[in-house]
Amino acid sequence: MTSNLLNICRRGFHTSSVRQQIIQSETPTKRICIVGAGPAGFYAAQYLLKNLGDCVVDIVEKLPVPFGLVRFGVAPDHPEVKNVINTFTKTAEHPRLRFFGNVSLGTDVSLQELRNQYHAVLLTYGSDQDRELQLDNEQQSHVISARKFVAWYNGLPGAEHLEPDLSGRDVTIVGQGNVAVDVARMLLGPLDALKSTDTTEYALEALSRSQVERVHLVGRRGPLQAAFTIKELREMLKLPNVQTRWRSDDFSGIATQVEQLQRPRKRLTELMLKSLNDQGKNSSPGTKQFLPIFLRAPKAITEGEMEFSVTELQQDAAVPTHATERLPANLILRSIGYKSSCADADISFDSRQGYVRNREGRVLKVDATDSVDAGLYVAGWLGTGPTGVILTTMSGAFAVAKNICDDIASNALDTSSSKPGFEADDKRVVTWDGWRRIDDFEMETGKEKGKPREKIVSIAEMLRIAGV
Amino acid sequence: MFCLLLRRSGNSCKLVGKHIVKTSGLTSIKALHTTRWLRHGEYEWQDPKSPDEIVNITYVDKDGKRTKVQGKVGDNVLYLAHRHGIEMEGACEASLACTTCHVYVDHNFLEKLKEAEEKEDDLLDMAPFLRENSRLGCQILLDKSMDGIELQLPKATRNFYVDGHKPKPH
Repeated sequence: MTSNLLNICRRGFHTSSVRQQIIQSETPTKRICIVGAGPAGFYAAQYLLKNLGDCVVDIVEKLPVPFGLVRFGVAPDHPEVKNVINTFTKTAEHPRLRFFGNVSLGTDVSLQELRNQYHAVLLTYGSDQDRELQLDNEQQSHVISARKFVAWYNGLPGAEHLEPDLSGRDVTIVGQGNVAVDVARMLLGPLDALKSTDTTEYALEALSRSQVERVHLVGRRGPLQAAFTIKELREMLKLPNVQTRWRSDDFSGIATQVEQLQRPRKRLTELMLKSLNDQGKNSSPGTKQFLPIFLRAPKAITEGEMEFSVTELQQDAAVPTHATERLPANLILRSIGYKSSCADADISFDSRQGYVRNREGRVLKVDATDSVDAGLYVAGWLGTGPTGVILTTMSGAFAVAKNICDDIASNALDTSSSKPGFEADDKRVVTWDGWRRIDDFEMETGKEKGKPREKIVSIAEMLRIAGV
Repeated sequence: MFCLLLRRSGNSCKLVGKHIVKTSGLTSIKALHTTRWLRHGEYEWQDPKSPDEIVNITYVDKDGKRTKVQGKVGDNVLYLAHRHGIEMEGACEASLACTTCHVYVDHNFLEKLKEAEEKEDDLLDMAPFLRENSRLGCQILLDKSMDGIELQLPKATRNFYVDGHKPKPH
């Protein structure tokens, strides 16, 4: 332990002293702290480093490892989406960027401390909670959130003990977004295809014993409001050994509306209709079933079943009728959206909506005067709510980073006094070099199993490998 | 500039050298298009070997700034943009998994492009500000018929929820 600490001290001081020299050789340093090492944080850092010549950007991250939802959210069978890690790594290795992993806002460091140490603090810690159905029995063990299920197979520390019960035939997923479809694909897809991905070993083992044969994907509104996108649906339709069964009643009157739809909605609806029309024709031998069900709102949870209200659409909103339907559900996965949590009491947080109150990324004051709290910013899902693809997050992060640059240029943000930046003191901090050691270790362990990496799930183990 | 420098830094410089040696033996343009190890932008750093190869292209950024660039036959316009400091992102590195290289193609040249494959169209459906002439830059490889083509980058997405905004019901 002592020798480990010494090693790290040496490594840590070595890198920081090199960086210190670079920093000192330039004009007065603007210090910006980004809280959260996910896509929003990295894209904002990229923009700041490119457009503010005399700044130092520090990223503090709660976990010992970077990349947020790219590592813990993106489905393991979509490795190409994770290519963006290469760009983030280049940003992280920029001489004016420092990474402090294993530092949690609100626990290890307070917002006020960070604001004293930096000219600007940008919050990008994302959405780590999920919306609930607000039904009785929701806390029972056979009801889990899709977010936790995703975290489980992706190896988020703390999620490894989820133990989802896959011993029953029917899973009912409430919600029809792409997270819901990812989860359905993980449950129904061929296990062999997952063995060469970075799906955690314990999840592969549990999935190999899965008895799940039918996944119901239930939405409150109709096919024209479906939240999944065409790429994800097409993947489901192409899954071997899985039949997609639509309910023709859900599609009454839909075909006549297709021509008036905007292109994305039109192509998605055409694909659903084509699949519906084909479903009687080729009696493919699929033993498993994917069952999208529309116009049903969650009503009650019972043992082995879930009750839904039949809904009607009124101006695009789902209005429950008196009619109900029960669906078999040995396991219920709730996938009706994420929300953020308030990491520090000094953040102006809308707890009902689950995001930080802001105007174009400038965080508002806690006092409800609606004025901007100079020097505090937010980007990514924490500021916008959990919607949008990586392009949305990227553009949003660039725009907020540009606002920071503009505020510095216009002196709306005072950068005249010098700021010290984060002091690790005696905290167990994982530097970028520490992450490289974890990264190498994971890839090496994965190689033996034919996987791109075997993720370390225990934080203690991560810290050990990082040498902290 | 930062992007550019990074992309040239460290190991990638060595890679550039290695790949140039490998490509020199190839004569077929088609082979260049499909060869996997050329899809990371090294090829675009080679200058045209003869005037016959030159394809002129103009990028128009989100603020309307025009940048004229001399590309060559076989260049991927995403990586060509990187070489010339144009802000086209390419998060998934041309693997058809994102929409960060979304561009609008000059209508006069739309038909000269290879038709979008289903996967590209599926992704475009997720791109904000989709138009009839939308394409993904990473899927456009220059050929001689595209000489003079103009590519416009979409404006940045502005979807901040200002305070008080209520997200649409699920």
